[in-house]
Amino acid sequence: MTLDDTVHTAEATGGKYVGRSIPRVDGPGKTTGQARFAAEHSYPDLAYAALVYATIARGRILAIETSEAQAVDGVVAVLTHKNAPRMKPAGNLSPFDISSIAISTSVNYLATDEVHWNGQPIAVVVAETPEVANYAASLVTTSYEQWGAKVDFASEVPNAVPDKGIPFMTGKADKGNALGALATAPFTVDLEFSTPQYNHNALEPHATTAVWNGDKLTVHEGTQSLTGVQGQLAKRFGVPKDNVRVLSPFVGGGFGGKARPWAGTLLAVLAARATGRPIRLALTREGVYHTVGGRTASIQRVALGAGTDGRLASIVHTSVSRTGRVGGMPERITEVSHEMYAAPNIHLQQSSVKLDLVSNTFMRAPGEAIGSFGLESAIDELAWEIGMDPIELRMINEPDRGPVSGKVFTHRKLRDAYALGAERFGWKEREPRAGAMRDGRWLVGMGVATAHHTAMQLTASVAIRLNADGTVVVRCAMQEMGMGAPTVQTQVTADELGVPLESVRVEYGDTDLPWGSPAFGSVQTASVTSAVLAACTKLKQAVLILAQRQADSRLKGRKLAELKAHDGGLYSGAKGHKYTDILAAAGREHVDVAYKPNIPAFLARTVRDVGWRPKAATGAQFCEVRVDADTGEVRISRWMGVFDVGTVLNARTAESQLRGGIIMGIGMALSEHTIIDHRTGRIVNPNLSEYHVPVHADVPHIDVHFLNEPEPHSPLGLLGLGEIGVTGVPAAIANAIRHATGKRVVDLPITLDKVL
Amino acid sequence: MKPFTYVKPPDFESAIPAGAAPRTKYLGGGTNLVDLMREGIELPDHVVDITGLPLDAIEELPNGGLRIGALVRNSTLAADPRIRSRYRVLSEAMLSGASGQLRNMATVGGNLLQRTRCPYFYDTTAACNKRRPGSGCDALEGYNRNCAVLGVSDSCIAAHPSDMCVALAALEAVIHVNGPAGVRRIEIADLHLLPGDTPDLENSLVPGDLITAVELPPPLGARSTYRKVRDRSSYAFALVSVAAALQVEDHKVTEVRLGLGGVGAKPWRAREAERLLLGGPADESAYRRAAEAELAPARVHADNAFKVRLAEATIVAVLRELSLAGVNR
Ligand SMILES: Cc1cc2nc3c(=O)[nH]c(=O)nc-3n(C[C@H](O)[C@H](O)[C@H](O)COP(=O)(O)OP(=O)(O)OC[C@H]3O[C@@H](n4cnc5c(N)ncnc54)[C@H](O)[C@@H]3O)c2cc1C
Repeated sequence: MTLDDTVHTAEATGGKYVGRSIPRVDGPGKTTGQARFAAEHSYPDLAYAALVYATIARGRILAIETSEAQAVDGVVAVLTHKNAPRMKPAGNLSPFDISSIAISTSVNYLATDEVHWNGQPIAVVVAETPEVANYAASLVTTSYEQWGAKVDFASEVPNAVPDKGIPFMTGKADKGNALGALATAPFTVDLEFSTPQYNHNALEPHATTAVWNGDKLTVHEGTQSLTGVQGQLAKRFGVPKDNVRVLSPFVGGGFGGKARPWAGTLLAVLAARATGRPIRLALTREGVYHTVGGRTASIQRVALGAGTDGRLASIVHTSVSRTGRVGGMPERITEVSHEMYAAPNIHLQQSSVKLDLVSNTFMRAPGEAIGSFGLESAIDELAWEIGMDPIELRMINEPDRGPVSGKVFTHRKLRDAYALGAERFGWKEREPRAGAMRDGRWLVGMGVATAHHTAMQLTASVAIRLNADGTVVVRCAMQEMGMGAPTVQTQVTADELGVPLESVRVEYGDTDLPWGSPAFGSVQTASVTSAVLAACTKLKQAVLILAQRQADSRLKGRKLAELKAHDGGLYSGAKGHKYTDILAAAGREHVDVAYKPNIPAFLARTVRDVGWRPKAATGAQFCEVRVDADTGEVRISRWMGVFDVGTVLNARTAESQLRGGIIMGIGMALSEHTIIDHRTGRIVNPNLSEYHVPVHADVPHIDVHFLNEPEPHSPLGLLGLGEIGVTGVPAAIANAIRHATGKRVVDLPITLDKVL
Repeated sequence: MKPFTYVKPPDFESAIPAGAAPRTKYLGGGTNLVDLMREGIELPDHVVDITGLPLDAIEELPNGGLRIGALVRNSTLAADPRIRSRYRVLSEAMLSGASGQLRNMATVGGNLLQRTRCPYFYDTTAACNKRRPGSGCDALEGYNRNCAVLGVSDSCIAAHPSDMCVALAALEAVIHVNGPAGVRRIEIADLHLLPGDTPDLENSLVPGDLITAVELPPPLGARSTYRKVRDRSSYAFALVSVAAALQVEDHKVTEVRLGLGGVGAKPWRAREAERLLLGGPADESAYRRAAEAELAPARVHADNAFKVRLAEATIVAVLRELSLAGVNR
């Protein structure tokens, strides 16, 4: 592995490591198999669980026959609603109770004979081996009383009910008279878009190892939210939170699918309690589809009206998403139109339907991934309508202030992103006419779309220990799912304390550590960095005080603000001490500090900030597609994303996040699609053979560029970048196909039958 | 997975009687059978692993053809220089199937007998006449985008999934079988059965029949190619595929073979199209007419109507490509 020594942000941080492409600190462990994931922890007497899934969408279990399963050699227990210990009720997801965000569904598994979706777990088989558990699970038979069920999104759309929205995140907006302005605008487009359900498909299917010791519980779990799992388990099993330890040092991908504990987690813990044995429950891929919600299907209307100069007179963006009758949240699809284009008249409205399907849930860039498809396709179509270059049309309508809020952006660099992208991608080679570029059997098209993801920050607490030998341990219950979280915090700490990278070790993924931030909503890096910076300051202050206690201290009378941390110590110019010397002189083995955020102050600041400065990561997605002139097959031949994500802490891990998002967007655009049988609500393709994620051959070389200018109000100037990569991607592809073929495809995924 | 017995016989004398026992399956590479056992779709009591039998050679035949042992791995077959130079359509078909890892495991015999990918066949809670005779067919009114349009019946519209078999159909391969009744030869066209009222009966083999080899007749004079159309670039079954061989002299078609995948209830030999093309002009409108005639009997359902147009377009594109390539040479 080579170390890319490009310094991206020397200016921003003055640091030695921040901004460099540092290889992942957990890389060697993962590539050599040392890193152990949730299903790889062994305990004496470990037993294995498998789930039995309901085969109707809605109704009641009349009889469940388990004797055949029970009789299989090696079966320990078959748990159903007839014999399982009861969990406490889940309660409901509420916008007013932040801890309720960990509730994945309101169903109390194995405490009810009611079935709420096709695939709901209705029994757990525990056995001595996973093979026996799976086989015995296949022998459980059930008879049902079936009730009427609503499972088909498209046919429920007419019954959609407007969403109320949640505080700070309303999808609704009304400015001026958008419909009136639309009617009189010289140029208009009015399009209806649809997107299907998508599922997460992390490399690591959900898995839990659960061990009870009296009323103390240890759980190995791949999760994006340690505290969410801990809180839910404590509540559902009626034990104090401190009795529940969740360990999640490695997560094999989450994408939102591991933001909440789902049935597998709860039922593994329940089975462990019922049998008195440590339990491992590793879901099959099909099990993940049945029990973990995906991204909602959606319908959107985007209507735009513009003058002859291309200036928007009206934006109408409405949407319908779906939740489960037993959980999930309406998706904030129109939110992107709050921030994207200036227009005097704007109407935004979100609605939703409730279906008898597993609750929907977060999936990378909820809302914006779908919403940007509608808006960015429509703006492109408007460019065709007017006969204007689509980048130019965007730049004409680039707002100075939040188009709905009227607030000043803290940071908005889309013009720079497009200028850089257009130059590097060779946008001027694009023949403006549709269908005019050809390469043998392929029609060639180029498309762009804007990426946008609202930036948020939560809080975290961090403890740091400086040892007498100069090494540093940072402790924070954050999550690592491959993004590089411990790597960047190692970099930040090394720079802040002025110690070599190798001297810093970050401990994470364990609820016994000071609580961190969840890894969703692209919040983790900003939240934890802010806490690490504060903790480092506290540590340096503590060390400075120790140093100043020495009679011969060269730092006497100095304030921390006047000092620099470098070369493993604190210095004022050339005068100062190494940490090792300070601790040795003071006779200390180590110095410990803990940083805990002031939550009321944080909340007050957040409310104020959300009110007056919309903060977002943005970007420009450029792509080139090839469409087979005979068969309509679409292949992506080139990709470039230029992103403004503030300061880039580690170009290697950042590029990888953005590239992963773009690949996910390619899947959304061209091939992914959770097919739900419109009669039974059963997922037809719950496997990687028929749910088509992009394969290597579908993914072109992806160029990722950063503007790399610090955002003025964020820690180190960084903006979260875990999700923005996927936004704009489906629209850029649809726009390129429009250019290649003259066809506007409004329904995802854009399979060849829609292009043919 | 349901418990089963496992044997790995060293010779035919022990393999065939073992294979002829009730509820017994031969195991080749296992890439299809083991999946189906895991899913509870195949429930054999006995599994006879045939990979210990000496069936992994590719041999030259006196007539200029080749005999491919039933245990030759898909990847070996695709890479064989004789296959690549003399039967290009077959090599390309093999390489378009599954993934590198699967092709390393999968055998020729197993590929011939792989079962459909209809999602309702795979879901044991769904109605499927192929899996549970008489239970009905959920694909008819359900999700049927991948289903067949040719050779289908009211009881089953499942498509045959193999790429290899489409090339073999175009090449008129012959299947060698050794069974309880001795050895015999089956034309590839007669190996797979159309569903009719008995979609559970998929081929003309009887219990204990072991496929020992695939015989390729001497190479055609015509250039050949395989084109597979699918939703992603790799690792997906065909929506439509075309195995084609075409020879053109003086602007007339002098030799033509066409096999279709993804559209047929069995690997589809496009005989009607071949008949119309042979001796006729080698031009785009003749290709189109032939393609349309072949697809005329198609029976489509809600999600797969596009396959007709797609198959026609692909046939035309492949014939065009082969005729142009011929001219350039
Ligand atoms: C994810 C995935 C993707 C795939 N994609 C494709 C694709 O794109 N195109 C494609 O064509 N295929 C594809 N396949 C299917 C693959 O080609 C088959 O699984 C493979 O060819 C089967 O060969 P095998 O040796 O593993 O057969 P096995 O699984 O061992 O056997 C299959 C069947 O054949 C029988 N059998 C095996 N050998 C003999 C014999 N000598 N005599 C009699 N009976 C025998 C077995 O009893 C069993 O019923 C895919 C498979 C998977 C899992």
